[in-house]
Amino acid sequence: MKYNWNWGIFFEISPDGVHTYLGSLMFGMVWTLATALSAWIIALAVGSVIGVLRTAPNPWLARFANGYVELFRNIPLLVQMFLWYFVLPEVVPSSIGTWLKQLPNASFYTTVFCLGLYTAARVAEQLRAGILSLRSGQRMAGLAMGLTLPQTYRYVLLPMAYRIILPPLTSEFLNIIKNSAVALTIGLMELTAAARSMQEFSFQVFEAFTGATIIYIVINIIVVNGMRILEKRLSVPGYISLGKPAAAH
Amino acid sequence: MFSDFDWDVILRSLPYLFFDGMRFTLMLTALATAGGIVIGTLLALMRLSSFAPFSIVAGGYVNLMRSMPLVLVIFWIYFLVPYIGQWVTGASRPIQVGALVTCLVTFTIFEAAYFCEIMRAGIQSIPRGQTEAAKAIGMTYWQTMGDVILPQAFRNMIPVLLTQTIVLFQDTSLVYVISVTDFLGAASKIAQRDGRLVEMYLFAAVVYFIVSLGASIMVRRLQRRVAIVR
Repeated sequence: MKYNWNWGIFFEISPDGVHTYLGSLMFGMVWTLATALSAWIIALAVGSVIGVLRTAPNPWLARFANGYVELFRNIPLLVQMFLWYFVLPEVVPSSIGTWLKQLPNASFYTTVFCLGLYTAARVAEQLRAGILSLRSGQRMAGLAMGLTLPQTYRYVLLPMAYRIILPPLTSEFLNIIKNSAVALTIGLMELTAAARSMQEFSFQVFEAFTGATIIYIVINIIVVNGMRILEKRLSVPGYISLGKPAAAH
Repeated sequence: MFSDFDWDVILRSLPYLFFDGMRFTLMLTALATAGGIVIGTLLALMRLSSFAPFSIVAGGYVNLMRSMPLVLVIFWIYFLVPYIGQWVTGASRPIQVGALVTCLVTFTIFEAAYFCEIMRAGIQSIPRGQTEAAKAIGMTYWQTMGDVILPQAFRNMIPVLLTQTIVLFQDTSLVYVISVTDFLGAASKIAQRDGRLVEMYLFAAVVYFIVSLGASIMVRRLQRRVAIVR
């Protein structure tokens, strides 16, 4: 393979004239993390509501929640991104459309919103599985003690369900970080886009992608270990052992 | 709002969307699934091997692929394959590689990591006693795997493998980043040529939705049937 390796490229000044290429990758990383974390907040909030509704006794609410999950799971993320970014401003009343188009950092807000609602469907799916994995006696006991249904969810079902689904939630969080790379198609300068632009300006293709790959791997390792610590902290003694679903009883 | 919605642009471009675009998408999905399952199964066997270098290499590969965004992998392969081609053929310059080959290589090696995890779970779901029994009646490793373990593991995992194929079908839309004309690529080319973003992207979303939902309903039915037989 004939390829002129030049690892020193990371310390050369990038086309913005101020920062090095390494610096521009770091900015990309910050955008990736900011996008993923903001979208994760939306995903957890919306996903929890939808997930709870899917197990709710009201069939219409459950149907609505199921429809939400099917809708967001069966359209590719990239297409959803285009719908929010290109289509939404055209189909809303023109004053709102113009406001949307002129929003500074529009691609960031679009990505956060799109990625949040997309991941919410996955969080909802996990949460439903977590709630259904609890024995039905827990719900009955809660209601029998005179808790209302929302209280039963709040104090009995959800605290256990969230602990059970912590491992799959970890992989959803890793997915949201990786999926934020799709935002480069609507012009967000996240990590993959930063590597791509470094490659375009410096012609050092493989150094740029190696840099981005290493950053993704490091983020991955940090998240996995952080969640493992969280899992240990939150585990209920004698009920849920690390990495395993609820103990049989 | 929808007053100037132009149905005609969709009708006009249907042949291009489906014969050029969707054909590419479906072909890529089918070939990458087949390749991904074969390589993924081999990776799973390596990962479960008691020979440490095998399991370390396979584990490292799977973890590497699973920590990278697909978009970045697409860029890697897009730029790497011409150099590998040059090295293999001994040409003097990086060789030109077609869109289908680039996409096929990308999706096969990327999805192999995910198929590996599915097949590993499938193999581990078969009771150990079966491996031991096969060994006890004198079967070799490949006979044990090929005739006893893998057929059952594969059968148990068919619904999960098909679900992953639906994910793969949706993921192929990301070849947009290297300007390949898959279904979404075709839709977006028309959209930009005719200035009809709303119509084309909504239509693309509807088609993806119908295909994926239909496929996942079929997988759910199949799952119920497989579950009853066992």
